[in-house]
Amino acid sequence: MGLGSYCFKKSLWVFHFGGASCNNCDIEILDCLTPRYDIERFGMQLVGTIRHADVLLVSGSINRKCRDRLLELYNQAPKPLLVVAFGACGCTGGIFAEGNTFAGPVDKIIPVDAYIPGCPPKPEAILAGIVKLLNK
Amino acid sequence: MIKELFYFLIFPGMIFSVVVGGVLSWSDRKITARVQFRKGPPFLQPFYDLGKLFYKETILPRHGARLTFLAAPVFALFSATLANVFILLPSVFPGSGFSGDLIVVFYLLTIPSLTYLLGALASGNPLGALGASREMKLIISYELAFILALTAIVIKSGMSLSISDIIAAQQEGGVFAGSLSGVLLFVVILFVTQAKLALVPFDMSEAETEIAHGVFIEYSGSAYALIKMARYVMLFALPALMVTLLLGGFGMEGISILWSVLKLVLIILLITLIRNTNPRLRIDQAMKFFFLWMNLLAVAAIVLSLINI
Repeated sequence: MGLGSYCFKKSLWVFHFGGASCNNCDIEILDCLTPRYDIERFGMQLVGTIRHADVLLVSGSINRKCRDRLLELYNQAPKPLLVVAFGACGCTGGIFAEGNTFAGPVDKIIPVDAYIPGCPPKPEAILAGIVKLLNK
Repeated sequence: MIKELFYFLIFPGMIFSVVVGGVLSWSDRKITARVQFRKGPPFLQPFYDLGKLFYKETILPRHGARLTFLAAPVFALFSATLANVFILLPSVFPGSGFSGDLIVVFYLLTIPSLTYLLGALASGNPLGALGASREMKLIISYELAFILALTAIVIKSGMSLSISDIIAAQQEGGVFAGSLSGVLLFVVILFVTQAKLALVPFDMSEAETEIAHGVFIEYSGSAYALIKMARYVMLFALPALMVTLLLGGFGMEGISILWSVLKLVLIILLITLIRNTNPRLRIDQAMKFFFLWMNLLAVAAIVLSLINI
């Protein structure tokens, strides 16, 4: 493993894309920044712009309106980029999978590196997903 | 020529300043984490960030001025480093420097903020332009307070514009921060430092929750790594300037090295605690704060130092 990719794994900056999310996953993501879980231990930060991001975290069901925005964000991001499908809606579509505005789970639109299932995933599950992502 | 290049590139220039600035940035993040009862990032985190940013792709804006966009971080890093060299050289080699290097340092310390706003305007991003306009207003508001504070220091050192003379004056007559006017100057320069480093409460030009990193919104990869390096160097240069002008400079032999490090860490601690206990100000509040209160304090300090208090 080269120095560059070693540093990459040590300093993942996360950009959070909320699709048609019910906001429950978003609250659990913020939980990871709190003293009990503190993902800054692993060098992770939430950033506000996709240009600084190393991880694209997609939560919420992706409907027809979100689909183009998600694709555009993926194309705007500097590579290498890891994509994480977050929550039941991000992984499979959850209870919205049969809705008529539903435009597919995330992995139908862009390639996904890790899945974190749950509705919402507990912070422990998020940390387990992070470990999976780091060992990938 | 070789000697100057060594000073600029290795010690006390680029490599030394980036390493020390990175360590200071880590201590800033670690103190923040401890204030919030978190554990905080590992010691090498700033260098992991730099390594990763150099590893990543750099994206240029399609509708922007690409040359200005790419040149801005380079100028920011070089002028910050040069300012740091001029600040540290009189402490490292007593008696070096030239008459008037205080003015040169003042101008060099303005250039990084100026290049950030030029780069943001060159990117053509509307949020970047918003951040640039705020950065411009912030520069206008703090520079007057900064030059007034430097004027007071020049008066206290017996009308000398050279940094090594200012250090010598403090070694003879006690540090400037020990007098009443020195305490006022310490407060003024501390807040100017806070604004120049764009830390909370004066981070409205990047405001990541509001305008998504504002002036840095379009930077990615190596260009952003250069900006990060410039910011690390500034995080070292401005506290070093405060130590040099108000706390008697850095000693470089024996036990006084420990003393120098403690002075630097004290100022970083103050900056970090201010950053952690304050909300972000609006730009008009920040301008009012500097124009009214900081200028008032600086003028009071000038008057007090004219009558030697």
